[in-house]
Amino acid sequence: MTLLQVHVGRLSGRVALRPIAVGVVGLALTVAVAVFSIGHGSFGIAPGNVVSTLLGGGTAAQKLIVLDLRLPRILTALLVGAALAVSGALTQTFARNPLASPDVLGVTHGASLGAVAVIVLGGGAAIGAVPLAALAGALVAAALVYVLAWRRGVDGYRLVLVGIGVGEVVTAGVSWFLVRAEIVDAARATIWLNGSVAGADWAQVRPLALGLAVLLPLAVATSFTLQALQFDDDVSKALGVRLQSARLAVVLTAVALAAAAVAAAGPIEFVAFVVPQIALRLCGGSRPPLVVSAILGALLVTAADLAARSVLPARELPVGLLTAMVGAPYLLWLLTRTNRRTSA
Amino acid sequence: MTDSAPRLQARGLRLGYGDDIVVDGLDLDVPDGAITAVVGPNGCGKSTLLRALGRLLKPRAGEVLLDGRRIDQMPTREVARIIGMLPQSPVAPDGLTVADLVMRGRHPHQNWFRQWSPADQDIVTEALAWTDMRDLAGRPVEALSGGQRQRAWISMALAQGTDVLLLDEPTTYLDLSHQIDVLDLIARLHRERNRTIVMVLHDLNLAARYAGHVVAMRDGRIVAQGTPTEVFTVELLSEVFNLSALVVPDPATGTPLVVPLPRHGPTGNVVPRAQNAGHD
Repeated sequence: MTLLQVHVGRLSGRVALRPIAVGVVGLALTVAVAVFSIGHGSFGIAPGNVVSTLLGGGTAAQKLIVLDLRLPRILTALLVGAALAVSGALTQTFARNPLASPDVLGVTHGASLGAVAVIVLGGGAAIGAVPLAALAGALVAAALVYVLAWRRGVDGYRLVLVGIGVGEVVTAGVSWFLVRAEIVDAARATIWLNGSVAGADWAQVRPLALGLAVLLPLAVATSFTLQALQFDDDVSKALGVRLQSARLAVVLTAVALAAAAVAAAGPIEFVAFVVPQIALRLCGGSRPPLVVSAILGALLVTAADLAARSVLPARELPVGLLTAMVGAPYLLWLLTRTNRRTSA
Repeated sequence: MTDSAPRLQARGLRLGYGDDIVVDGLDLDVPDGAITAVVGPNGCGKSTLLRALGRLLKPRAGEVLLDGRRIDQMPTREVARIIGMLPQSPVAPDGLTVADLVMRGRHPHQNWFRQWSPADQDIVTEALAWTDMRDLAGRPVEALSGGQRQRAWISMALAQGTDVLLLDEPTTYLDLSHQIDVLDLIARLHRERNRTIVMVLHDLNLAARYAGHVVAMRDGRIVAQGTPTEVFTVELLSEVFNLSALVVPDPATGTPLVVPLPRHGPTGNVVPRAQNAGHD
């Protein structure tokens, strides 16, 4: 791989050229899709007008539609996609398992239980508390998985197995709530469980953006340790890595990112699992690249949201359905084209 | 600390996994700037000892001292700049190239804001050249042959730039000619760089040829140690390996050559020497 030496003040490192190319193209596509998506809808706005409105121009009507109604939704899609993809890349790397995703850390299932419990028990009045309940459920379940997986330290493989077990138990809890729910609450819960960025407003975007402003740089900072965590335990330790604290830092970052995303938009299937593997195959190397994963995650969810709004004009599809329908075939296609084994 | 105290020492080590105690009450001084070979039958605790010397395994009792300090109380990154360790079957992630692997050897010398420097680059280039891996630098590690892969890992350990190198059976799964390649490389490291090397070896004749100091273990304790000539005696081979053997001077190097005797008289292709001579 072609590498660039980079020195900025006391910072120095190496950057591969291919991920930069993939990242730039991905970013351009993401911006294009986002602008088009903001303009798309029952009240159409040309891309040029969308850009000028975003930059402070536009008519009062355009401002209302772009800034108050559609921008929060698109921003939520962008941020949720980036958060899920980075969380997946971190999880797959430290677990040394391409099948791992934040789902196996208990995050998604825990969030679902929290959200569904509040919807069913609290009824319509408690709808505002759903994101908080989801966040709490995600963090509690992740902590439970981590504690149960601990036996003189946490091993990536056991963490995945314990995560699957805890996930099954929690899913049973979700079903229990759904079965005994009133039909209206059950329908509301099912919509949440499919993942959606519809109806996102600034009150949801702000905490999400703030969280990611802290968590994404943290994730990039852990990548230095991640390099050494990719080996088996003995090699990592011999390289001077403090395994347990390094793993904890990575798991905490991954859990927090996924929890923030799920709290904001519900469980959006497949992004955390599939995007890091797509990024890895586009960029090459030995582990999913974090920044490119973030860009591609944002692109996938934004594009899926656009499709969800366009396919059936009368009825919006849940965005999670589309991410799986778009992401999975693309990964399969990439797998048939590259002859390398799957890798975390 | 006196001048004569070796840098790496073990005192009263008790080591084990789960409920099993593998090594108990073991003392060892690792001679500085020498190649030490640890030999012994399967399950005698050689690899366990090596893992403890490299602080990969925490002792149940006793201590490992590095420059007079308890190794488990030193920052692990500091230890990683003094001791390099190559486990028996190290695992690299798929897609990692040889160059990437060797670069990871610089990890203990870096931190997140200074991840790569020209000095790192020079050391990695040199490590690749030393192990004759420059032409293969762009290859994925999983695409290498067994001998090349072992050289790649040794190259990574070299890039780590440590004075002490612990190698757990560096010649496993290699054919004889690649075993010699790897051991020649280790001998050169010792000779030209004055590295302290401790390696676990199964082949007694290669241990005798390449090591200056031999440690013979059985049942978790050290039965004998010294030069190959002192350790590889008929009596000791019988005691440690339960093996009846002749010990003759190696015609190539003069070091002891262990020739095992058949356990139940001549079998198969083994033609007794006296009879063979009689026909000539």
